[in-house]
Amino acid sequence: MTAHPAGTAPAPVRVEPPLDGLALRADFPIFERTMAGRPLVYLDSAATSQKPAAVIRAVEAFYRTTNANVHRGVYALSAEATDLYESARTVVARFIGARDRREVVFTRGTTEAVNLVAQAWGGANVGRGDAVLTTELEHHSNLVPWQLLAERTGAEVRYLRITDDGRLDLSELDRLLDRRVKLLAFGHVSNALGTVNPVRQLVEAARAVGARVLLDGAQGVPHLPVDVTAMDIDFLAFSGHKMCGPTGIGALWARRELLEAMPPYQGGGEMIRTVSLAGSTWAEPPARFEAGTPNIAGAVGLGEAARYLSGLGMERVAAHGAVLVAYALERLDGVPGVRVLGPRPDRSGAVTFTMDGVHPHDLASILDRRGVAIRAGHHCAMPVHARLGLTATARASFYVYNAPWDVDALVEGLEAARGVFRRD
Amino acid sequence: MAEMDDLYQEVILDHNRQPRNFGPLGDANRSAEGHNPLCGDTIVLYLRVEDDVVTDVSFEGGGCAIATASASLMTEVLRGKSVAQARALFEGMMDMLTGDPTHAAEVAEDLGKLAVFSGVREYPMRVKCATLVWHTLQAALEDLRQPVSTEQQG
Repeated sequence: MTAHPAGTAPAPVRVEPPLDGLALRADFPIFERTMAGRPLVYLDSAATSQKPAAVIRAVEAFYRTTNANVHRGVYALSAEATDLYESARTVVARFIGARDRREVVFTRGTTEAVNLVAQAWGGANVGRGDAVLTTELEHHSNLVPWQLLAERTGAEVRYLRITDDGRLDLSELDRLLDRRVKLLAFGHVSNALGTVNPVRQLVEAARAVGARVLLDGAQGVPHLPVDVTAMDIDFLAFSGHKMCGPTGIGALWARRELLEAMPPYQGGGEMIRTVSLAGSTWAEPPARFEAGTPNIAGAVGLGEAARYLSGLGMERVAAHGAVLVAYALERLDGVPGVRVLGPRPDRSGAVTFTMDGVHPHDLASILDRRGVAIRAGHHCAMPVHARLGLTATARASFYVYNAPWDVDALVEGLEAARGVFRRD
Repeated sequence: MAEMDDLYQEVILDHNRQPRNFGPLGDANRSAEGHNPLCGDTIVLYLRVEDDVVTDVSFEGGGCAIATASASLMTEVLRGKSVAQARALFEGMMDMLTGDPTHAAEVAEDLGKLAVFSGVREYPMRVKCATLVWHTLQAALEDLRQPVSTEQQG
């Protein structure tokens, strides 16, 4: 085990994490800085992950040595930039188990990918009398686009509710999932509670009624091995910035035949075949859905991020998260007044909790003064909080550069908060 | 109590534990609702204004210690103040929390016990917690029907 950043020995851990999180901190330049004079304890990777030097270097190198627009210039520099951009697409496709690299559309992130499907596929395939089934557990980005689609088309949005411990209530699945449902849209992993949803079971149920499946992979792709072919889904939306990549880049993966049948999402350059004043024709996917100059450097950075994670091995990344979550649950259970929300098994990457008599914002402020960054609020999942009767919760989320040491720092901070707010 | 006592002063902790003037106000003739969409906190403020004087005031809801204590202390300070004085207190709080730091101490002096919030300005992410109820007061004085939001205040 690597030396402890604060110089003290970590608390004994029952199961040694598969990755040496403290050693991996060296790959991430941000950990060279301190917060409030202490080492940074970053427990908000579900909001955005930190970036390894390899990704930062790849983005910088692109601008320093290869910058030109893609798919346009006949000169060598543009060809090099195009090669880098397109090879990033290949790496990303391989990372998610796609058979065909042309099934990967670069977007700004998960939100844009979901909106793209809602607009382009939903507009053509979901009408009055049809329904989209999503869940109460979703991030707002997998709820609002469907509500907007329903407003435009007169379709219905249905919601699979959750149980008290934050799992999808599958007892309602048969009733809600009938032949009117054209799309089942759900998250692989809940950003609010860390719940890992039963993808196989849900996909099989959707197939049985002929519904398409969109998987929101924002929290799944960074943390768990994802193989779109094995999962047999139709759409996967995910963000680069939660998986060690830059902000402003993400992807939509969709089956080739679906992309080919979809009308454009936005109009502009890059996405056309021909334009005349009488009308235009569209390029083949993925170009059809990448109007305008894309985020070339972002895509290059995302490709590098996928390489970095593949180097660690996604099975190990997943196992590492599971060990940290288990350790966090064990330690949090020992703090008086702390209540952990969400399921015990079947959770990944994040631990959400409340502390009696201390508002999550106050917790976050006190932790912040100790260099510990957690999220406090509704985590863009207001329906989940309404269901649990809460307006706000605290969330600690983990990634490859975290170690049991980070959990110890969190628990020390929670004890300190309890001291401040102790009722005499 | 060495942990952040600049922010969590004893007075603030006390008002958080036992908010004053908490609950609905039967004979209120003004009320307003304030939201902080970042954390989901909501405060409802009730006022009785007679002859341009705030004769009674109470609040419901709340959130973090800063928001709750700010509301509680505001209700204590406000009773008996004229509407003009109430508006001046609003200006003073804004000045203390977000204004020119060179005269913040001076402003704090004029605010009496509200000066316990002067430390909040060192925590920019928390300023909105302290000002939520004051924006709600402005809305109640204007008799606005729309809930106010911390995100519309800039």
